Amino acid sequence: MSILIYAESREGMFKKSVFELASYAAAVAKMMNSQAIALVTGNPGQEEMKKLGNYGISKILSFYDESVKVFDSAICCQVIEAVVKKENCPLVIFQHNNTGKALAPRLSARLKAGLVTAVISLPESTKPFIVTKKVYTAKAFARVAIKTQVKILTLSQNSYMLTESKTDPAIEQFSIQLDKSQLKISVKEVQLLTGKILLTDAEIVVSGGRGMRGPENWQPIIDLAEALGAATACSRPVSDEGWRPHTEHVGQTGKIIAPNLYIACGISGAIQHMGGVGSAKVVVAINKDKDAPIFEIADYGIVGDVFKVLPELISAVKEHKAK
Amino acid sequence: MKILVCISHVPDTTTKIKFIDGKSLDTAGVQWIINPWDELALTRALELKESSNGLIDHVSVITVGGPDTEPTIRKALAIGADSAIRVNAAAGDTFFVAYQVAEAIKNSGFDIILAGIDSCDFNGSSFGSMLGEFLSITSVSSVSGVNFNGNDISVDREIDGGKEILSCPVPFVAIVQKGITKEPRIPSMRGIMTARTKPLAVVEPVACEALTEFLSFELPKHKASCRMVDPENVKELVELLRNEAKVI
Ligand SMILES: Cc1cc2nc3c(=O)[nH]c(=O)nc-3n(C[C@H](O)[C@H](O)[C@H](O)COP(=O)(O)OP(=O)(O)OC[C@H]3O[C@@H](n4cnc5c(N)ncnc54)[C@H](O)[C@@H]3O)c2cc1C
Repeated sequence: MSILIYAESREGMFKKSVFELASYAAAVAKMMNSQAIALVTGNPGQEEMKKLGNYGISKILSFYDESVKVFDSAICCQVIEAVVKKENCPLVIFQHNNTGKALAPRLSARLKAGLVTAVISLPESTKPFIVTKKVYTAKAFARVAIKTQVKILTLSQNSYMLTESKTDPAIEQFSIQLDKSQLKISVKEVQLLTGKILLTDAEIVVSGGRGMRGPENWQPIIDLAEALGAATACSRPVSDEGWRPHTEHVGQTGKIIAPNLYIACGISGAIQHMGGVGSAKVVVAINKDKDAPIFEIADYGIVGDVFKVLPELISAVKEHKAK
Repeated sequence: MKILVCISHVPDTTTKIKFIDGKSLDTAGVQWIINPWDELALTRALELKESSNGLIDHVSVITVGGPDTEPTIRKALAIGADSAIRVNAAAGDTFFVAYQVAEAIKNSGFDIILAGIDSCDFNGSSFGSMLGEFLSITSVSSVSGVNFNGNDISVDREIDGGKEILSCPVPFVAIVQKGITKEPRIPSMRGIMTARTKPLAVVEPVACEALTEFLSFELPKHKASCRMVDPENVKELVELLRNEAKVI
């Protein structure tokens, strides 16, 4: 009996969030007197796979087949289902990202296994199995019980600390006969944006709203982001107006992010905006209106004109970095 | 070809969320709407129909819910859907809802099924992929575009740092998100008039048990109040972020 994580790799590497997932699974495994194992389908090298051992993963099953190059949730679920059966897994955990959101529900329907998505903490108990998740776009939390033998979770980003616990994981090749008739899609073209820090990965995000008044005024946002090693983001009207690309839009209808630090410049703090950034650890707001709702949720605030405050903030950050 | 759009009936996004004894949502004064993603999906379905030269001749919507969800369904008809189905059951968990939808439509021959990426009540992000599995058809998630290429359909899928353009034979479920279309359509006066007479089929649920149970709800603890920094002393903010918050 083992707790399984799906460890996604990109270009042969695991992101920090995969190690968070491993740490979480190892902690749940302890609660259930079990061990945590990982399924890897992306074919990263042995050395990269071994890194999962630093976060408590005791065994790694590596599956590779040409057909998983096109990501298809039905095909991928065949592999996961086979692992669940072989290793007798009572619990499968995914990241709450594009991949996890595609796989976990499909697996849930396939195995008739209860699923809770966007879980934010360790189970409060494992018998009965009860976890807490975000609901109403992060305006509330719910405690949810899973009633089936096999259970599935997706873990919200940035909700569990990396925890080192060294194991030396065995790496096994895993193979099954895939039913490839399920693979109907094919990739015609891939368009990549290069050279930028991915918004969803960023530890620090500098974001601009309508208070920036126009695309020609964005340089201070970009400069502050650069000084902090941060990604840039924006509110919805800003991307609707075409001041910034839609990939930067955060909020309920855009990207949902959970950085350590979110700096909101000229953003009023509408409830739909906060739905996308409410999980940030620390929020800084710069706004000229002292009654702007953003100050109700910010940890630090400056009431002032962004065009005066930002240049000073940029030089203060640069000074600090130079130390 | 026929398109089905799965819609969810949810509280308006500006609702001040409150609970009764931490057990259920206090619905007093709550405005109910079509889940914003589903509204975008419906808008895209209508655009596809209009630009398809007759290739797509029908757009339906479906929801699982009691009679109280009918105004939301009528709104979808007013926006432009041709017909609607309501599975007459209180929505259980997503497994229950997806199973009911699959059973209600499995012999209806829909070619393209659209569902939103997330619902703004329980934020399950799981309906569309479950439906795909129940129907044993392809499900593509993170979809930011569905387009015609002659008679072929291509689907844009967002991936980390970019997107893939997929060729996607029907039938399939596309789970849509930002980019699928610009603005949701609003009902026209004529739409509202004709919606009253468009077909709305009510079907009874099949036996199925929810696999999960919501036990209780709570509101986030109020953050300690915001610490204000003097705009004349921006350096202090950097000090605080470094020494107190320890985030830079
Ligand atoms: C269904 C639905 C979904 C939505 N989803 C999203 C979403 O995902 N993301 C999102 O962001 N929004 C979303 N919205 C829109 C949201 O309601 C707000 O309209 C939007 O977030 C406001 O953007 P803003 O803060 O940039 O602009 P505004 O609300 O106009 O705020 C601008 C702020 O800048 C300040 N300001 C102006 N000049 C200066 C200056 N010189 N210096 C300092 N401060 C200044 C002002 O005081 C003001 O507080 C959604 C709305 C709906 C109905």
